[in-house]
Amino acid sequence: MDLRRWFDGAAEQPGSNGRGVIAGAPGILGLPVERDQWQQAAEDMAAQDGRLLALWASRDGRGEDLVRAAFMADSRVLVLTLAVRESGGPYPGIEELFPGAGRMQRAVADLNGLRAAGADPRRWLRHAAWPESFHPLIDANAPPPATPAIDDYPFVSVSGDGVHEIPVGPIHAGIIEPGHFRFSVVGEKVLRLEERLGYVHKGIERRFTELALLDGQRLAARVSGDSAVAFSWSYCQALEGMAGAQPPARAAALRALALELERLANHLGDLGAIGNDAGFAFGLAQFSRLKERLLRTTEQALGQRYLMDFVVPGGTRVDLGSDQAAPLAQCVAAIRVEIERLRTIYDEHAGLRARFSGAGVVTPALARQLGLIGLAGRASGQPFDVRCDMPCDPYGALMPQRAVRTEGDVAARVAVRFDEAIESARMLQQLVRQMPAGAHHAPISLPNPGASGIGLIEGWRGPVLVALEAGGGGMIRRCHPHDPSWLNWPVLEHAIIDNIVPDFPLINKSFNLSYSGHDL
Amino acid sequence: MWKTLRQIARTGIVSEPPPPPEDELRIAEALQSRILQVLGRALCIRAIDAGSCNGCELEIHALNNPLYNIEQLGIRFVASPRHADLLLITGPVAKNMEIAVRRAYDATPDPKLVVAVGDCGCTGGIFGQSYASCGRVSNVIPVDVAIPGCPPGPRRILAGILTAISRPAPG
Repeated sequence: MDLRRWFDGAAEQPGSNGRGVIAGAPGILGLPVERDQWQQAAEDMAAQDGRLLALWASRDGRGEDLVRAAFMADSRVLVLTLAVRESGGPYPGIEELFPGAGRMQRAVADLNGLRAAGADPRRWLRHAAWPESFHPLIDANAPPPATPAIDDYPFVSVSGDGVHEIPVGPIHAGIIEPGHFRFSVVGEKVLRLEERLGYVHKGIERRFTELALLDGQRLAARVSGDSAVAFSWSYCQALEGMAGAQPPARAAALRALALELERLANHLGDLGAIGNDAGFAFGLAQFSRLKERLLRTTEQALGQRYLMDFVVPGGTRVDLGSDQAAPLAQCVAAIRVEIERLRTIYDEHAGLRARFSGAGVVTPALARQLGLIGLAGRASGQPFDVRCDMPCDPYGALMPQRAVRTEGDVAARVAVRFDEAIESARMLQQLVRQMPAGAHHAPISLPNPGASGIGLIEGWRGPVLVALEAGGGGMIRRCHPHDPSWLNWPVLEHAIIDNIVPDFPLINKSFNLSYSGHDL
Repeated sequence: MWKTLRQIARTGIVSEPPPPPEDELRIAEALQSRILQVLGRALCIRAIDAGSCNGCELEIHALNNPLYNIEQLGIRFVASPRHADLLLITGPVAKNMEIAVRRAYDATPDPKLVVAVGDCGCTGGIFGQSYASCGRVSNVIPVDVAIPGCPPGPRRILAGILTAISRPAPG
């Protein structure tokens, strides 16, 4: 069936139980489905270039379990909702159509106790730290604290003449988040990489249910600290949509300012670190100096180096002072000049070119098949960018230039970062120059209990989706924050195949995926 | 090559002097003088993310940038707890990381120091204690110095590290 008919079906008879336009980000439609439609819609999406964004589960006010999947196609998002009745057995899994769904379905099994048919039976976020029968998003009573047992995770083993395994982690040999990588290698060549994540699972989704709706953005900002603005904005977008509130124009511009500062800071950090991983310490010294300069200017202008508490329901916590606009614009302009200069040095450096080109290739065909998304997706010919395709205010007016490459190697991911950093600098200058007058904040009313909404913001790593449901008494009933790393971690396993082990840090850094944002 | 050299010359030396130690960050008893004698100002740090949101990691990374230039103080980050004098630990300790953190602590040779970084490391922060989180670092291993902030800036982290390896001010 044509995808338009699914969207049209969602737009008809809007109203209760998740049908019709969903509050929050523009262009999101909901459709409650039965099992066969769930399967059929997923097949149609897969056949017609639709992408999976997220899959999660929640229990509605009547105690019914719902599995939800958000797909993106034709600059719109369709959210399917499938009621899973206890008698019905497992719900239909979509991993064969969308490989990225596999781990999301395993997380749903761990947290909500709902199993997908044909799914990998291994636990994902639950290791051995709490009882197997405890499902944190369903069971009210948490188990008493106990020192966890050591579990024996069955990695897929590769056998053959001369094949051996290299286990790495969870604690890595650097200032990095924890996770486990199991390499199967012959000599130096990687035959297979299997990731095991979940080490920094700290109960974020259950913690949300203990917070007030007007306070949840604080936790959202700390889902993945490097994407604090993207998550807190996405959260507030959902909440404001549910409350029928429209933040003032100045607030929207300030949020975009914060989001592009976050993107620029992360890209500067990564460009230095990727150069360093290829043996060019000069790059790290230069880019980390620029990043520090940007963070200090951000602190002067907006009060924090990392904007963990900047976006709040109704607007922003602080305003950009009139005396701060000029120094911020000057800093960004100066950094832009230096980025251009350093880009020439990177481009002309034979050693960097040799390490970057052809390392960790994800071809556009593979990227499409596996659902690679965000920055890494754009380096492999997948052009989707929420800021361009489904813009919320003020991105329609900013008209961001999409950065796309098709080589899919480390060099392409570096090039996309350079392009995006320079484009962010341009937009920052424009935002400061054309900052609307008026209030930076307008109080919002509480949404009705049972209301739900979805936020969608293009963070520096990719699209950040937050699905929010209101409970009674101004509390959160359910909040699912979804980082693009869910989709990109499995692709890294493919990117490393046939590369040598010593190139893994470089390839890994060129993706720079979030552990905390995934492990929740 | 000349462009690289020109950029180095243009940048010059941007390193700044370090902050003084801050006794109020100290949570354990005064260090034995023997530890200070062993470590002096040559310190090897093993950073461990025990469950952080990665915000603190960004600021720990900044210690290596040319402005804070932590290596000018004789302090460097090492790859193994067996090489370390000090463990710099971020995050609430996730239950799934509890065993790894205990093992890293046990693998660090004596005498050793532990510095907890960030509101989460100090108190459990916004994540608190739960089915999945052990809360603050000192719930799992002994902590000498705790640095609050979300995330604390690099100067604050550096002050905390220097506090751990300095004698308390008299009185």
